[in-house]
Amino acid sequence: MLKQMEGSVAVAEAVALARPEVICAYPITPQTHIVEGLGELVKSGKLENCEYINVESEFAALSVGIGSSSAGARTYTATASQGILYMAEAVYNASGMGLPIVMTVGNRAIGAPINIWNDQSDSMSMRDAGWIQLFCETNQEAVDVHIQAFKIAETLNVPVMVCMDGFILTHAYERIDMPEQEQIDQFLPPFNPRQVLDPAHPVSMGAMVGPEAFTEVRYLAHHRQLQALEVIPKIAAEYNAIVGRDNGGLISTYKTEDAETLIISLGSVIGTIKDVIDVRREEGEKIGCIAIRSFRPFPIAEIREACSKAKRVVVLEKCFAVGLGGMVASNVRMALSTQPLPVYNVIAGLGGRPITQKSLHKLFNEATADTLEGLHFLDLNKETVERELERERLEGCSGAVAENILRDIGAVAASKV
Amino acid sequence: MFQVRIHGRGGQGAVSGAEMLSVAAFLEDKHAQAFPSFGSERMGAPVVAFCRIDNKEIRSREPVLEPDALLVQDPSLFNSVDVFAGLKADGYLIINTTKTLEQLGIEEAASKLAPGRVWTVPATELAIQHVGRPSPNAGMIAALARACEGVLELDSVAAAIRKKFPGKVGEANVIAAQAAFDSAKVTQSTK
Repeated sequence: MLKQMEGSVAVAEAVALARPEVICAYPITPQTHIVEGLGELVKSGKLENCEYINVESEFAALSVGIGSSSAGARTYTATASQGILYMAEAVYNASGMGLPIVMTVGNRAIGAPINIWNDQSDSMSMRDAGWIQLFCETNQEAVDVHIQAFKIAETLNVPVMVCMDGFILTHAYERIDMPEQEQIDQFLPPFNPRQVLDPAHPVSMGAMVGPEAFTEVRYLAHHRQLQALEVIPKIAAEYNAIVGRDNGGLISTYKTEDAETLIISLGSVIGTIKDVIDVRREEGEKIGCIAIRSFRPFPIAEIREACSKAKRVVVLEKCFAVGLGGMVASNVRMALSTQPLPVYNVIAGLGGRPITQKSLHKLFNEATADTLEGLHFLDLNKETVERELERERLEGCSGAVAENILRDIGAVAASKV
Repeated sequence: MFQVRIHGRGGQGAVSGAEMLSVAAFLEDKHAQAFPSFGSERMGAPVVAFCRIDNKEIRSREPVLEPDALLVQDPSLFNSVDVFAGLKADGYLIINTTKTLEQLGIEEAASKLAPGRVWTVPATELAIQHVGRPSPNAGMIAALARACEGVLELDSVAAAIRKKFPGKVGEANVIAAQAAFDSAKVTQSTK
């Protein structure tokens, strides 16, 4: 059914269609509207047989989720930013114990300095925690991928993180085609857990494992992610057969077939990139893009194949490893290690800085001329940076960087103490 | 594509206004995308919200940098925010005010716009009268339906208001919207 609605409310309805049995809720911007929406659905009785548990922290949210999933309940929670850091230990425990929890991350920057706006540092901080990570380009994708996430998780006994850009998607009103309950009931069977905590048949879960078996347990976690490379597209196809939308899978491509320049990114910025590509295509430029939908597992073979005819690749990402560069670019370079082509890495959209078509055109001009640096920061104000470095050179006690930069750009009038 | 940027202050419903615009467009079988640019989420702080309307899928996620219509819910923002940034020469400026352009100190900026493109509407006064609250958003989007011919019908705007605020509050806002639609007028410098 077509509706015009907020992304968060759409995700709440989609999660409800998957009939979760336990929802652990703790608010943090920008995902709060999702758990609020689910709270309303539970309270109004529209979502039945679901226990909605208000917890006291993100650590509690996922810890309760680990308990309920262990007890055999289909379990959902959502978080963002510092919230996912606070639950970090539980994030590893959920995957280590093989619990098919689904969690939304409303992608937001990580402080300090505190910043409520969008980038993808939060999800990326947990990229190696053993969860499957799926990134969404639109709210329609978020709806479809959330529903698929439960089936992927329960097929593999691996938790799934659905990543959607905070504010840009979570707070955007747009057209959503909401699947019908009957379709989802046909697509997603009731949860049949591989392991269950049951007082009648006591077992231990999450027991200590020593050097004699730890490698094997870890290897199996890797093995399941490799299995996911087959399971994710298969489940996307099953969903498409019932619902009629090809959202999901490992990657999506746009005008890549004859492309000499390929842009690789993930999340909502893909839409802006597509608009820029269309303008440049009209001028005869051979340019296309690849959206990474599954970042974990990383679709090495698919990316290698999609880039096989390209002359250059630009990886644009909303986070980076300080002291190295982009994590996505590192992964892409690994996938393309057998193909000698330049991979430019662009860090963009940090802490909510808009990624504009104008800046992308300028960037792609430099990329196609092969004049781009290997690691480039989009729209970085180099003068501001230079002035701060100069202050640090000249003054022994030059003050806190974040506050100095705010004063430098005139965002705060406060004088230096 | 028709792009709208709404400038308001926290508590004035700028974000809800953009959302209702998008619902009104949806009800006319158009594609629409509304989203906010939150700063500090507090009453009185400057807030910007955006809405794009098109006949095909809207993919771009950048903020509205070159609006076709600018809705200014609080004219005191002219003194503190670069409200006019990117406004097209043939774009519309719709201001919630009972003052003249001279009194607002924007006659020069307004004079750069094409004739008939600057509109004023006493949306706050109408909201107080009909809704009992100084919430100008319904009146402002109704004024947009009046000023920007062919973009949205008032009926769709009214239906969107009812969807967003079911019941008495919605009906009161629909009355305020109708009054704003009727009283919105083209304004020009008296000089």
